[in-house]
Amino acid sequence: MAVGAPRERTEAVESTATWRRGDRVALALCWAAGIALCVIAAAIVLYMLFKGIQTLRPALLVDRPSDGASQRNAGGFFDPLIGTVVLTVMGTVIALPLGVATALWLVEYGRPSGLARAVESGIEVIAGTPSIVLAIFGLAFFSQEIFSLLSFTAEGNAVFGRSFFIASIMMSFIALPLVFGSTREALLAVPAHVREASYALGKTRWATIRRVLLPSIRPGIATGTALGMGRIAGDTAIVVILLGGTLRLEAAGGPPIFSTLKGTGSTLTSYVYENSPAGEGNAYDKAYAAAFVLLIVVIALNFAIDFIARERGTARWS
Amino acid sequence: MELTPPPPVRRIVLEDPPTVVAAPPPSAGTTAPTPVAPGRPAASRRRPGAAVRERMRVERLSVAYSGKPAVREVSLSIREGEVLALIGPSGCGKTTLLRTLNRLTELTPTAKRTGSLSLDADNVDALDVTELRRRVTMVFQQPNPFPMSIFDNVAYALREQARKRPRRPQLAPAVESALRRAGLWDEVADDLDRPALRLSGGQQQRLCIARALAAQPEVLLLDEPCSALDPRSTATIEQLIVELRQSLAVVIVTHNLQQAYRVADSVAFMYLGELVEHGSAEQVFGTPRADRTREYLAGTFG
Repeated sequence: MAVGAPRERTEAVESTATWRRGDRVALALCWAAGIALCVIAAAIVLYMLFKGIQTLRPALLVDRPSDGASQRNAGGFFDPLIGTVVLTVMGTVIALPLGVATALWLVEYGRPSGLARAVESGIEVIAGTPSIVLAIFGLAFFSQEIFSLLSFTAEGNAVFGRSFFIASIMMSFIALPLVFGSTREALLAVPAHVREASYALGKTRWATIRRVLLPSIRPGIATGTALGMGRIAGDTAIVVILLGGTLRLEAAGGPPIFSTLKGTGSTLTSYVYENSPAGEGNAYDKAYAAAFVLLIVVIALNFAIDFIARERGTARWS
Repeated sequence: MELTPPPPVRRIVLEDPPTVVAAPPPSAGTTAPTPVAPGRPAASRRRPGAAVRERMRVERLSVAYSGKPAVREVSLSIREGEVLALIGPSGCGKTTLLRTLNRLTELTPTAKRTGSLSLDADNVDALDVTELRRRVTMVFQQPNPFPMSIFDNVAYALREQARKRPRRPQLAPAVESALRRAGLWDEVADDLDRPALRLSGGQQQRLCIARALAAQPEVLLLDEPCSALDPRSTATIEQLIVELRQSLAVVIVTHNLQQAYRVADSVAFMYLGELVEHGSAEQVFGTPRADRTREYLAGTFG
């Protein structure tokens, strides 16, 4: 390989002119990869923005979907929007205490160690399970008679196994590993001497967790929660299988809010699916509008994560 | 290689300035007068006014981690009214000994302790561990205020476990007095609601001392409290330690021999887990009995 005559270096020069050709090619490829990613991200956002501006009408946000299968002539996606919000909130409400409690137990107690290892790999399994598998499992599990309170029941006590309740429970398993993971990371980042300082003042383990550790890891918990919410809002498989496939919210009878949660509905993701060329809604422009709204929601959540993570870096122990 | 022995240092004396021990006169050689040279008159220092009284007694204490001994058969007494400095090379067991005094080593699952440890003649194992740790509090090497306000940090030890009671008005006098004793009150009095982690390193460490003092402990354990601080903050905290010994027993672990010389009334030298020498600061620094002590003080090893 042709290499120029060795030159005497007097200072570090930030120039690739002296590099070997192979290194320069590799550097160029790294640049290209970074730029390509930006271009793809920009293409998605700009395309959706363009389509969104074309298709999104304020009325779509407040109109309910039309009664029939076809959405071409009438109807908006008010119900799917509510469905996304309800499912995200409920899934998070279930996942948050579970994930935080599990991480606290694992890091602060973690004994017997065999059980701790089992819990850890259990969560890894849940994190690695495709959501369609979770959905199928949830359907089989919650169709049992003892869960009849959670969904529609047909004649002869056949349990439908599809409702906001059931979808939320399975959705929480999508957010759980993320909440657990970032809570655990945050706990591990708290130095041991901070805990000991609390014990050395005569505090119990629980008091230390409650008054020292939880305030310290709040940004970590928030990051994990925001990540989990983004994942729930964006998941389709669980919605398609476990939310009953009705574009409108269909209440199942009982007290007002309970009946809605026991009933079926849809989310923005399933609405997009229904109206895309793959579904029956046959209203592509409305699919674009809903996809645009969904994208905005998820991007907003991501920016929230960045913001929280930046806040985190303020004052820490050494 | 001949290492330079620690230079002479001025000892901190509370009252009566004339008794301050000045550095040896230049005639002793300004370059490297050795404070450990045998036969050198021991630096005299006035004892604090308070009567010296035994608070803790350590008898034949051994601690092992997974069977590996860290502290072997150490016996000594910890007295109110004086500062005890634990010195020795890294890994000699001094921090383990310190942490055992308020049963913090119990947090390490592999640690095993034998021997007896008593606080005011009560066996510490008979005391509730939270009660013991409230009476024998500790300050750590790294300043570690809790992520809450200055006020809440100091009030932390006074409050009922995880509760927020008693409320602020009832605690304000105790918090103020602890901050005053730690010499921090004047700097933070106007904004007690500031997050404690925004304070400077030296202020944080004094806050940690205030926090440890708030519950009116009988023994204060300090684990290299100045090693993360600049000289100015160190001087402030050393002054504070000397003042504190009047009302409680102070045990300090330090790697800094000059610091031990400045603040300690009695010194315990540990080596490989054993207590090699224990005596008054004058005696240990002036006329060490054991060869190991002399060598360590002269900087031959450690």
